[in-house]
Amino acid sequence: MRTLRARLTPYALIFPGGLWLAIFFVVPTVVMLSLSLQSGNVVDGFAFTFNWHSYVDGVTTYHDQIVRSLLYGLAATVIQIVIGFPVAYWIAFKGANRKSVYLFLVLLPFLVSFVLRTISWQYLLSDNGILLGPLRDAGLLPQDFRILATPAAVIGGLSYNFLPFMILPMYVALERIDPRLLEAAQDLYASRVQTFLRVVLPLSLPGVFAGVLMTFVPASSDYVNASVLGGTNTTMIGNVIQNQYLINQDYPIAAAMSFTLMAVLLVGIFAYARALGTEDVLEVAAR
Amino acid sequence: MNRGLFRGRGLQIYTWLVIAWLVVPIAVMILFGFNDTRGRFNTTWQGFTFKWYGQLFEIGDLTQALVNSLLIAVLTMVIAGVLGSLIGLALGRYRFRGAALLTLVMFAAISCAEIVMGASLHSLFITLGVPEGFPTIVVAHVMFSISFVAVTVRARVMTLDTSLEEAARDLGANTWETFRLVTLPMIFPGVLAGSMLAFALSIDDFVITNFTAGSTVTFPLWIWGVTRVGIPPQVNVMGTLIFAGGLLIAVGNIIAARRRRA
Repeated sequence: MRTLRARLTPYALIFPGGLWLAIFFVVPTVVMLSLSLQSGNVVDGFAFTFNWHSYVDGVTTYHDQIVRSLLYGLAATVIQIVIGFPVAYWIAFKGANRKSVYLFLVLLPFLVSFVLRTISWQYLLSDNGILLGPLRDAGLLPQDFRILATPAAVIGGLSYNFLPFMILPMYVALERIDPRLLEAAQDLYASRVQTFLRVVLPLSLPGVFAGVLMTFVPASSDYVNASVLGGTNTTMIGNVIQNQYLINQDYPIAAAMSFTLMAVLLVGIFAYARALGTEDVLEVAAR
Repeated sequence: MNRGLFRGRGLQIYTWLVIAWLVVPIAVMILFGFNDTRGRFNTTWQGFTFKWYGQLFEIGDLTQALVNSLLIAVLTMVIAGVLGSLIGLALGRYRFRGAALLTLVMFAAISCAEIVMGASLHSLFITLGVPEGFPTIVVAHVMFSISFVAVTVRARVMTLDTSLEEAARDLGANTWETFRLVTLPMIFPGVLAGSMLAFALSIDDFVITNFTAGSTVTFPLWIWGVTRVGIPPQVNVMGTLIFAGGLLIAVGNIIAARRRRA
């Protein structure tokens, strides 16, 4: 029979960390929900009035930004699957004994601060910068051509910044595929295309799903790329939340928008988690 | 048989092109740390110089921001390293009521959008009237790092054989001695990996820090603040040195892992 002490051991182990997560992750979410239902302003103070107006006002005013965030996030995610899948495939099947070296190269951007990487792209793409300047002088681009401040720049930046998060889980799924399965398919007279579509692709889907989760969430809630690479027509919901919280200090509407973003993303995440099992997603997320 | 379905070098060349794309902004950052720029905007090439390496610490605010970032990252590494490892040990070793709930909360913390976590914490601090600054940044960084450490350590714990600990107890070691002399050395690679991950997450964090910093400035926040007025080359040099440091640690790890396998 297990003693009381043995039964309490796991609780003693999780207590400090669990408490930290409860106070600084779970409680704040509830506080934010409460804040979103308050009315008032920063000078006179806020009072809880169970005021749904912040949600109605916010969604009406920032409808464009919400839709744009989801569209940009989706576009970046699709681009990352298309760009990343062949890379993950090649490293998994052809990387031989240098797989870890290739993965390391894919992860290199993470050794440079996220903000700095994005600013580097701003240097590269600026109107008179090292890329566009010479091309325009050579007459290869029209005089008024620009990339910065266009949706393409923001989506490109998002795709760049989160690509390793897409390649990594896809690689993990592809690497687990037993090469003998491919041989078996070919022995059974499947063509290369059939083998790919009916063996490799289905077995890689968990990795793609995990990659989507790990890139869509940060991409659609980002405001750094839209601020650094975008213009006034490319602002996303993240820009709205940041602005309302830290500059305008209109907390109820900021909290309402933040809560709306969370709700939209949570629905998606839990649909995924149900389809995959929480453990699998966590495991891939930890790599 | 050739592993894989596709022959030829097409995919290999493609992979190298994508890697090149990933590395381009890093190369630009390093290059412009050597740019002999005179104006405020360090965006056009004006000749090679080492002078920014010599004047690295001449911008006081920037140096202070870098020091803040390093201090916060070390504190986060230690606190989240310990708290996360304890959770990872509990989840990997014991079956207990509440484990599923804890896993769910950790999963939510890992997959939650950073801006939502930052906004929530900011809501908490303004509601309670807690002044934001260095301590609130550490609190926030520990919060989002704990789950990553726990998951890393749990993965390590689950691969271990419990018979070694039973043997230690049979040989008369008490709970603490068993933990210190048997369990800890065995899970240490996981603890180290998790703690280093926490350090890396902390030093690079911008979004959550932006929401919890008050008037305290970290390295990414300082860069963010000067984006519109021009980024001095010292930022490129510091970015280059951090990159080089990370590269050395990572390459050292790979070589050490190779040697263990050989």
